[in-house]
Amino acid sequence: MNDYLVLMKSEWLITITIFLLLILKVRGEMRSDRLLSIAQVMLLIATIVGFLFNRYGRLFGSMYYTNPLIGFQKALLTLATYLISLLCADWFKKTQHLAEFFILMLTALLGMFLMISSGNLLMFYLSLELSTIPVAALANFDLEKRISSEAAMKMILSSAFSSGVLLFGISLFYGATGTISFSAMSNHLSGEPLQTLSFIFLFTAFAFKLSVVPFHLWTADVYEGSPIAVTSFLSVVSKSAFAFVFLIAIYKVFYPLEKTWYWLLVITSIATMVIGNLFAIRQQNMKRFLAYSSIAQVGFVLVGASAGMSSGTSSVVYFMLIYTFSNLAAFGVVSIISERSGKENMTDYKGLSRSNPFLSWVMALALFSLAGIPPTAGFFGKLFLLTAGASRENYWFIVIATLNMIISLYYYLRVVRSMFMEKNDNPIQSVAIERSVYFGLILCGVGIVVTGLFSWLYQYIVSLI
Amino acid sequence: MPNSLYIACIPLLPLVSFALLGLFGTRVFKNLSGLLATVLLVVSTILAIWVAYNYFFHFGQANGIYQRIIAGQVTWLRFSSELSIDMGLMLDPISCMMIVVVSFISLMVHIYSLSYMKGEERYPTYYAFLSLFTFSMLGLVLSSNMFQIYIFWELVGVSSYLLIGYYYDRPGAVKASQKAFIVTRFADLGFLIGILVLSFYSNTLDFNTLIERLTNPASPGLKTALASSFLGISAITWGSVLVFMGGAGKSAMFPLHIWLPDAMEGPTPVSALIHAATMVVAGVYLVARLFPVFSISAPASLDLVTFVGVLSALLAALIACTQTDIKRVLAYSTMSQIGFMMFSLGVARHGHEEQLGYSASMFHLFTHAFFKALLFLCAGIIIHLVHSNEMNDMGGIRKNLPVTHICFLIACLAISGIPPFAGFFSKEEILQASWQRNKVVFWIALTTSGITAFYMFRLYFKIFWHKPLGHQASHADTAEGDTMIRLPLVILAIGSLLTGFIPFGRFVSADGTPVHTDLNLIFSVGPVLVGLAGIFLARWLYLNKNDAPEKIKNGTRALYTAAYHKFYIDEIYVFITRRIIFNLVGKPAAWFDRNVVDGLVNTTGNTTQIVSKKIKGLQSGKVQEYAIYFLLGAGGLALLFIYGWK
Repeated sequence: MNDYLVLMKSEWLITITIFLLLILKVRGEMRSDRLLSIAQVMLLIATIVGFLFNRYGRLFGSMYYTNPLIGFQKALLTLATYLISLLCADWFKKTQHLAEFFILMLTALLGMFLMISSGNLLMFYLSLELSTIPVAALANFDLEKRISSEAAMKMILSSAFSSGVLLFGISLFYGATGTISFSAMSNHLSGEPLQTLSFIFLFTAFAFKLSVVPFHLWTADVYEGSPIAVTSFLSVVSKSAFAFVFLIAIYKVFYPLEKTWYWLLVITSIATMVIGNLFAIRQQNMKRFLAYSSIAQVGFVLVGASAGMSSGTSSVVYFMLIYTFSNLAAFGVVSIISERSGKENMTDYKGLSRSNPFLSWVMALALFSLAGIPPTAGFFGKLFLLTAGASRENYWFIVIATLNMIISLYYYLRVVRSMFMEKNDNPIQSVAIERSVYFGLILCGVGIVVTGLFSWLYQYIVSLI
Repeated sequence: MPNSLYIACIPLLPLVSFALLGLFGTRVFKNLSGLLATVLLVVSTILAIWVAYNYFFHFGQANGIYQRIIAGQVTWLRFSSELSIDMGLMLDPISCMMIVVVSFISLMVHIYSLSYMKGEERYPTYYAFLSLFTFSMLGLVLSSNMFQIYIFWELVGVSSYLLIGYYYDRPGAVKASQKAFIVTRFADLGFLIGILVLSFYSNTLDFNTLIERLTNPASPGLKTALASSFLGISAITWGSVLVFMGGAGKSAMFPLHIWLPDAMEGPTPVSALIHAATMVVAGVYLVARLFPVFSISAPASLDLVTFVGVLSALLAALIACTQTDIKRVLAYSTMSQIGFMMFSLGVARHGHEEQLGYSASMFHLFTHAFFKALLFLCAGIIIHLVHSNEMNDMGGIRKNLPVTHICFLIACLAISGIPPFAGFFSKEEILQASWQRNKVVFWIALTTSGITAFYMFRLYFKIFWHKPLGHQASHADTAEGDTMIRLPLVILAIGSLLTGFIPFGRFVSADGTPVHTDLNLIFSVGPVLVGLAGIFLARWLYLNKNDAPEKIKNGTRALYTAAYHKFYIDEIYVFITRRIIFNLVGKPAAWFDRNVVDGLVNTTGNTTQIVSKKIKGLQSGKVQEYAIYFLLGAGGLALLFIYGWK
């Protein structure tokens, strides 16, 4: 019984929060800022508890399993959700259905937890759907905006399609190996064509969620149309969760197909970096810009993932931690500015540093980190990803990745330049920053600096593997 | 052993004062900035002396041998279980000696600047930069691994760039700071490659382990390093030579010395600190730090060190004889003296009998810091009085500046190697070491030390005698009136008198065992006579105005002109950079850049634009098309991997 409590502590805490919010909502009129603080406190508790008491264990006849690394990954996802609840406070307070929003978001988070912990293809599929469908509803949350409904529509249709392919892959797998349990499956893998085909179908499901080219097309439309809280949830929490599951899948389950997935990763990673960069260069809308740039970032994650077991896992988890801080800080700034001034275009950001020095510095720090400029954490993150990838001694692949890193410098720094160096006749007025948003931005900023400078964090992650 | 926290405070206190003054200097501290920095540095200096004292007399020795002790270490970045970058504090005889020299000389300069720089517009900034420099230099000497020393090495470069360019409204100063930065950066490139080579073969960055692995003939790293060669020279020799290249850049050794004379554009106290006592000896320190690697595994590189050192010593001395700007004379004399330290290291070898040169070099580094800082600080006062750097504008000012006069005389006697001043003892050891090892070097060194005595006393007589007394309007009160200005002079003068009596070989040697440095009286007669001859020659030519110098100048016109123009080394650089690099490399490169690279970039840019427009069609906004691409992607990959990638 104890096992069910301790091993599933993150799931329990999130479930309790969901029910708490539900009851409060049903009971009656509670002010939404009250609800928001309750949700924030619960998420903070879940984050802290998430980092503690992590150990090995299996439940439900190996349908569910966990270990210290998985515990850490869940804590990381909770942390990201907590940061979102801080950073988008402005938008949350305005919305009519705050409790519903959090219930849906936390349900998706719960789905991701179960997905990371799943030990069986069926469990994996169910939790994947649990993590997807609520997000489609969330995308529709700007009820009065047509673009938001369009985003939700596109997302649910694309997801349904992707799920179809995934289910097809799973059934082919069952046919080829006769089992759907992860641990039993790896013994049956030999690399025959049917297995390769079903693996590729499975891979497309991950690729779709991670917005890997050419399965990324839904990303930009959905990111642009959804409320920023949803966009940041999709681009940070959802991406991290799927990256973690993907690592488990290729290293633990599909290791016998190593040759296939290595080259699959090389090809899709290059395509993703190149296409992501090409599109990001052209974007004028900040949300769309961040969406495409986050596609390119996933390309780099795949470089690290291609390394194999230990260095691959440690570098990807470490990078996702840094990416969480950096990307959320960038989205946080965009969210405040778009809430307060309604401006989302890059040209509006000209001269931002005069009127809003704090926001500009946080944004600059976040963009430096995303671009991988030392001494921000992003530099170390990319460094470890590339060195992990280089351990395969496939150097031209690393050279291409490095070239793409340089290209990405251009568009990240373009934003910094327009914030700090260009003049604007009609600048964004100085905006008031709420206390919780301020706190969230500071947390992200500290995270960006500290994660890079103190190497014990990386060593801690390595020690978990 | 003292708590490592105390040792860490030695470099960190100046960093604190840099942070405070950098952030709040101009708004909060204003005129108190100097005092704040000085007080913090006093603490740091006391700690440094205390740590050094304890090291030499209490905890440093084990079985009569001075050990390399790691007093504290933090892992900063770990790459693998084998390789990590640490930040550590290393105590050994030379680092203990250096923390004393650096903090002490820096303290003198801080005190001197309190009144010398008073009224400067950017007074707090000046002290902030000074503190940054002191921090970097102390961090450099305490470094326990190659990477750390490189970081501090660059920080020293940056802070010296900031200090040389302190008068940023003077074009000369700006140019000089850039020149110093670029020339040393160029040398640092070699240093970095050297670090990489050495750490590649030893598979570590840590000094202790690196030295151990690269000197033990049985270690696999050394074997591969000796076996692999490039252009007929072993990898370990290449590594050592490249590290030495970095050292030669910072220490202004021929042919990388061209930045040093120009760097005199900075404030004079800065020259005393950076270009006399501390930064320029960093190169010597670096070679001494890796001395076991140089001497045991790459003796050929020590021959290069000897050659470069002796050439720099002689060349700089000859140039110094013809310069008329007093700070430039001092700059060339610094270069010459560092040449002495270098070749003294170069003639030393590992082993008890042959390591005299090592101790001698460190000894000279120590004594030189005192008298050369003193000379620069005196020069600062003189320049304030005369409002010119030209020695022809000076003369007969010994009554205007009585304290400065005596101090300057003491320093000149010390640098000329006249007993009982400090320079005599250290130079004596250097000459003995070179006599044992290489007679040619000895004779050149002896000649150079005669020339040194000559040009230093030429400087002395031309400043303080040469013209009738009272030639300068007397406003002595303003020039050396302040006690704060006189105090460091007197302390340094006492140092120049007494430091020679320290039995240096007992404390500092290559392998940690005491070296006997008996003063050989018979041997000393020669060098002292040569020194005296130089002094009397200078006295005959320059005590009073006469036409003898002109005659000599005319008699040796070719040599004089060559030396006056610093042997045209600057011109050679200009020729190489402008004519050869610009015309033969630069112009074709520019053509290539314009037509091929730009063309490529433009094509890439255009292609990107076109492709980007084309694939914009991909992003049509229609979900059914997205599904098609999804299916095509999945199918394409499946075909590729099932049929293509067997």
